[in-house]
Amino acid sequence: MSPDRTPAHTTSPHAVPGQAAPGQWEQSGSAGAAGRGQDVIHNIGYRGYEGPRLGRGYARRALFTQALRGAYGLGRSAKSKVLPMLLFATMCVPAALVVAIAVFAKSKDLQVTYSEYVLLMQPIIGIYLAAAAPQAFSLDLRFRTTPLYFSRPLTRGDYVAAKYAALTAALFVFTAVPLLIMYVGALLAKLGVAHQTEKFAQGLVFCALFALLHAAIAAWIAALTPRRGFGVAAIIVAITVPYFLVSALQGIAATTDKNTAIGWLGVGSPGTLLDGVQSKFLGGPSGFPAAQTLDAAQGAVYLVVLVALLACFTTLLLRRYRKAGL
Amino acid sequence: MIAIESLSKRFPRVTALDRLTVGIEPGVTGLVGANGAGKSTLIKILLGLSPATEGSATVLGMDVATQGGAIRERVGYMPEHDCLPPDVSATEFVVHMARMSGLPATAARERTADTLRHVGLYEERYRPMGGYSTGMKQRVKLAQALVHDPRLVLLDEPTNGLDPVGRDEMLGLIRRVHSDFGISVLVTSHLLGELERTSDHIVVIDGGKLLRSSSTADFTQRTAVLAVEVTDTDTHPDGAAALREALRQAGVALHEPGPDGGRAPGAGHLVTLDAADESVYDTVRDAAAGLGLGLVRMEQRRHQISEVFTERSAGDVA
Repeated sequence: MSPDRTPAHTTSPHAVPGQAAPGQWEQSGSAGAAGRGQDVIHNIGYRGYEGPRLGRGYARRALFTQALRGAYGLGRSAKSKVLPMLLFATMCVPAALVVAIAVFAKSKDLQVTYSEYVLLMQPIIGIYLAAAAPQAFSLDLRFRTTPLYFSRPLTRGDYVAAKYAALTAALFVFTAVPLLIMYVGALLAKLGVAHQTEKFAQGLVFCALFALLHAAIAAWIAALTPRRGFGVAAIIVAITVPYFLVSALQGIAATTDKNTAIGWLGVGSPGTLLDGVQSKFLGGPSGFPAAQTLDAAQGAVYLVVLVALLACFTTLLLRRYRKAGL
Repeated sequence: MIAIESLSKRFPRVTALDRLTVGIEPGVTGLVGANGAGKSTLIKILLGLSPATEGSATVLGMDVATQGGAIRERVGYMPEHDCLPPDVSATEFVVHMARMSGLPATAARERTADTLRHVGLYEERYRPMGGYSTGMKQRVKLAQALVHDPRLVLLDEPTNGLDPVGRDEMLGLIRRVHSDFGISVLVTSHLLGELERTSDHIVVIDGGKLLRSSSTADFTQRTAVLAVEVTDTDTHPDGAAALREALRQAGVALHEPGPDGGRAPGAGHLVTLDAADESVYDTVRDAAAGLGLGLVRMEQRRHQISEVFTERSAGDVA
């Protein structure tokens, strides 16, 4: 502790808080230290902090952990645990059923593949995302807590990176744990280790892509809507409306025998985009009408669009915080 | 602590700071200015969050333009507005903010318990902050600014929205932040009288320019105004007028009753005068005793920032 800021010894009869001029503390340093030993029990005066200050990287990790826990209601009120935990259970139970059916039917493979399972469960994931993203992004803006972060070593970039990573991780856990249940179940049912492991690995890659894209979109929307209710509605709309629109158009294309159009239309929504990517590159069955798969050109376009969307939404998210100062 | 050298901040339409040069020493410094005088802009620049248009500033010897992160690690900031999420308890919130300042988890918890106790929050710190009174919220806001044991705290209008008792408590707490905790304080307010009671030094800015920077003692000495109230007696039906006459003869500089003097309750009985030095108090006492008047009260008046402005205009004319 530097001599110029040795605190006054509060229990000392000579110290009159609020009366002394700043210069006096410089002289009281040694006297205070000597007095402290004698009345340790009574001394509830101010203690400084001389321990480590771990800086930006640590703060970023701590924010990530806090936001990730917050996405499941951990570390918050009991009320805010109900919805995420209920949705998480809803997400896992069908996975267990898929395994159970495979066991009782004595089939050689799971009836639903890993990536297909994630796509089938999109409505549940959408609701979870609509609850978790505003939790991570809107609240700090609504209650104007962000200035407290930015008046600390963290930068805006650190803040956005930590929160986005946390939302992505929360979403990954939300989708990957059911797949893990299916995988473990499949192994216990002796369904063929090599095949299951390969499919499961592809499923995990798909979960990661799914989480990255959806978290970016939802985070940006949540950061634009400080009122949580609007954020929830906007995220559900943004994720479901394009998906149903594109699916409807694909359906029309299928009935009019324009099968290449089905592939091109799929770029139009996050859900169908990811569906196309998994059927082309991750060995999953296509969820498109007529089980249409992509040709090489379409596959390349899908990948480019996926990367472009990620870049676009993360940039927009960062820009949103450029002005959110003190 | 802080050295500001010819600092300017211009926005496309307004000049928030205009070649401001001022040094701030360890201790409690009051930064006074009307709304829009540039106080918040200055705080932003000092935290290294907003680049100055020209000029330079150092905080704790570090340059705000290049060492913002290092400055923010050792400086605490309490914003003017509400910034507390309602569904979290004060303890959880302050622990989180301590970790955001880089404190390890255990240290963050210990420091939080200590700091909350020092600002006067006890059992209620485990309850969600949504149910807190304004005074309690202000304490939590102060605690999060102190939790990482900064060397300097910047407090933006900490008495805003508090009732007189809460205001006094907060001012006492601010005084203790320096006297007991050894942390220097820069506190802003638009009420000069309030800062006189807590600050060692007062800096007044207006329109982004430095109006005045002097020690509080200097400040009060030069502007001390005494208000005296006396009773009326049978011999002197208007006691105040009689006292005024007696003091005028004794050579004390009296303030003539202002145009609104008659309107304020009891103002007719008040004699206001400049207390140039200690002997004036004796003169007043002797004059009242000589006239046989009862001395009801004799008090030092609190100044509003407007008085500094009037003084400046008078100086400009001369």
